[in-house]
Amino acid sequence: MSTFLGMPAHAPRGVGHLRGDEPFPAAARTALANPQLRRNLEHATTTIRGKSGRVIAEVPDWQELRSAGSALKTYTMANLPRLLEQLEEKVTAAGGVVHWAADAEEANRIVTGLVRQTGEQRVIKIKSMATQEIGLNEALGEAGIDPVETDLAELIVQLGHDKPSHILVPAIHRNRSEIREIFLREMPGVDPALTDNPADLAAAARRYLRETFLSTKVAVSGANFGIAETGTLAVVESEGNGRMCLTLPETLITVMGIEKVVPAWQDLEVFLQLLPRASTGERMNPYTSMWTGVTPGDGPQNFHLVLLDNGRTAVLADEVGRSALHCIRCSACLNVCPVYERTGGHAYGSVYPGPIGAVLSPQLTGIEDNATLPYASSLCGACFDACPVKIDIPSILVHLRNQAPHPRAEKAAMAAAAYTMDRPRLYRRAQRAAKLTKLLGRRGRGLPPPLNGWVASRDLPSPPDESFRDWWRGR
Amino acid sequence: MSKQLILDRIRQALSTSSAEPEIPRDYRRGPAPVDLDRLVDRLVDYKAVVHRGSDISVIARQIIGAGSLVVPPGLPPEWLPSGVPARVDDRLSAADVAAADGVLTAAAVAIAETGTIVLDASPDQGRRILSLLPDLHICVLRPEQVVASVPEAVARLDPGRPLTWISGPSATSDIELNRVEGVHGPRNLHVVLWEAA
Amino acid sequence: MRIALFATCLADTMFPAAAKATVHLLERLGHEVVFPVGQTCCGQMHINTGYQGQALPLVRRYVRTFEPCDVVVAPSGSCVGSVRHQHAMVARQAGDEGLAAAAEAVAGRTYELSELLIDVLGVEDVGAYYPHRVTYHPTCHSLRVLRVGDRPQRLLRRVRGLDLVELPAAEQCCGFGGTFSVKNADTSTAMLADKLQHVLETGADVCTAGDASCLMHIGGGLSRLRADVRTVHLAEILASTEVEAAR
Repeated sequence: MSTFLGMPAHAPRGVGHLRGDEPFPAAARTALANPQLRRNLEHATTTIRGKSGRVIAEVPDWQELRSAGSALKTYTMANLPRLLEQLEEKVTAAGGVVHWAADAEEANRIVTGLVRQTGEQRVIKIKSMATQEIGLNEALGEAGIDPVETDLAELIVQLGHDKPSHILVPAIHRNRSEIREIFLREMPGVDPALTDNPADLAAAARRYLRETFLSTKVAVSGANFGIAETGTLAVVESEGNGRMCLTLPETLITVMGIEKVVPAWQDLEVFLQLLPRASTGERMNPYTSMWTGVTPGDGPQNFHLVLLDNGRTAVLADEVGRSALHCIRCSACLNVCPVYERTGGHAYGSVYPGPIGAVLSPQLTGIEDNATLPYASSLCGACFDACPVKIDIPSILVHLRNQAPHPRAEKAAMAAAAYTMDRPRLYRRAQRAAKLTKLLGRRGRGLPPPLNGWVASRDLPSPPDESFRDWWRGR
Repeated sequence: MSKQLILDRIRQALSTSSAEPEIPRDYRRGPAPVDLDRLVDRLVDYKAVVHRGSDISVIARQIIGAGSLVVPPGLPPEWLPSGVPARVDDRLSAADVAAADGVLTAAAVAIAETGTIVLDASPDQGRRILSLLPDLHICVLRPEQVVASVPEAVARLDPGRPLTWISGPSATSDIELNRVEGVHGPRNLHVVLWEAA
Repeated sequence: MRIALFATCLADTMFPAAAKATVHLLERLGHEVVFPVGQTCCGQMHINTGYQGQALPLVRRYVRTFEPCDVVVAPSGSCVGSVRHQHAMVARQAGDEGLAAAAEAVAGRTYELSELLIDVLGVEDVGAYYPHRVTYHPTCHSLRVLRVGDRPQRLLRRVRGLDLVELPAAEQCCGFGGTFSVKNADTSTAMLADKLQHVLETGADVCTAGDASCLMHIGGGLSRLRADVRTVHLAEILASTEVEAAR
């Protein structure tokens, strides 16, 4: 990692949630052993795939919209300095204050300082990947400030002392009866007769947070889009908790990754069609709020925008990998991923799970800190097809694997294989030796790791009496 | 100051960049004919209740019943249902707004394809808080405010105003990824499609 | 037509029946098949495991071996996918623009078997006979890298005696993924378990696909379950006639 000033830098260690405690295969093993988790994930991802598929099929120009979205993001990355300065200028002109945070620590310091200036002890929060990424809640807690998550799924996670496992629905790993149990156990004043009917659970959250919304003077949000041309910020949501946070408090602090800037107002016509259909499988999400700086007499009268780097410039520096920054956080790639569906989000160790997480997290932290994530994919390609901005995730995975540190034994085996395969005569001798695998039996007795992983659940193929090549010669 | 640092990092990161692309805008951008029935269909699909008629005050009265209303200062007076207690918002406190059973507003734009109404805080719609805290939102649409698609709506809106896009009542997909209506925003959304008498 | 066969290292070494069937099928359709002996492996395993540098000589070998050929066919969606979508990239990463251009040219003439039959040779009915209940697993790289669509099913539907039954959740990955199957053996196994269950649900006695690698994975699982379902490469079904069936 370079520390020269002005050189793109990775997200620092020791703060935030981009690194897991254990490698993906080990974490996945734990998750796979939980049948309830498997059932919850299968049910939820199957539901959302169906919903999303139906509303996407309604749109005759879906592919054209994807292409436009992809090109807009490429354009944005190529013009990032100009667009960010334009955004700053427009937000400032509209009465907002713009801050720049090089990393998680600086962003946490800025937000904590801004809350302290208000003298308030509590903030309400809208679900935001950026603030999860930087560990803002922990930083606020250390400063004696109580962050209250208001998104239903975030609330479930927060009350359950749990970790988020999905970009869009952080509590996707919980089913209705588990959510009911968490509410009964952790939600002050909850009706003990609460059922596990989703509508009742939602109503319980409404009652629980109502007074908090009305009495809290500071809100912290993320942003889905920041329009450079106009200085307009947009938050896309469902429940109305976002509207509460963006409307009722006196002070609003928005933390936005630098890649979320959008060139022009008109460009929203693309993203507002792509995002809801790919994300929650709706033609349009229930609520989208857009605001430009401060509106006298309406909504927060103090607005701060924190622009966050935290490794994004390092991603940008990789010409192949940078399109991971195009992500609009819809989570379609998670919902179609056969690996995610079986392991869930916790196995990825980062707030960004699933296929996009497998390419984004290692690039934000540097590949050494998330070395197993690029391998957490069978390269089946479902994510690429589902991505509304056409991020070629499989190609980035392959690209990152080429940068990842490799186990020594694997390196030696790969070198030997490549050497053999570039020498047809040697290759032919090796083919004949393949017959020796018969000695292992179909259960592969004595195979060393990692090859023994194959025979744990699969028999070895029976080697043929002669290779194709030998048969061809004898024809 | 981290601004310069970040901008320097970005310029460094982009130093090997190739050319930027043209943006293909060959998706449907309109104008397309407006299908009001489609709007109604999409609103109903997301659990809004739709009314069509010319006498707003009568329809509003039927909806609000014995409840109380809060209204924005610029609401056309003839829309106000007679005999219904209605407070005009002149910087009411949040508690006062929340105390109303319902809110009656106009809208700025509606999108047929997605069943979306957009409020832009004009005088006949009022501050954003009005349509947020009461549990019932009655929103009146004029036919000329309805466009077919999202691009047409974006083109009509002024981003300098605070905008609220509303597609059905408050809902969540957070429990098992299925949509359930009724969380923090109004749990009842009634859209009145105004038709000339 | 003179067609060069790229057998692929896996079929050549472990599943020669698929490569032999490709030869028999094309010869039966009246074409000449050649087998350039300089061929070994397309390098996909190295590329997808993160060893692009080591894959470079294999890419070069593939390009040199097949450069003189007008049409190349491989009984593998995955290997053709690598040839078409990765070879030029590997050459470019290594700074070899000449090789990249040559790789693109050869890739443009390299076809997966069902593509060759339908797009190049223009046949759907290959005159095969295969009296079995068969389900088809569309392998990921055939489906999403090559976009072969329903070409394999179109070919299978014209096979006499064959009862094609639809595989539930067919487009879900079987969990092979090359070295993924050993690096993430547990996740791979969980994916395989669902695929096997779906295969068994069909009641088919044969599961087919256009890739020996995925079939090795599915077949390994079926064998472990002692299930009464065989895995057979698409080429073997299409090569089969009354003569083979009578044997």
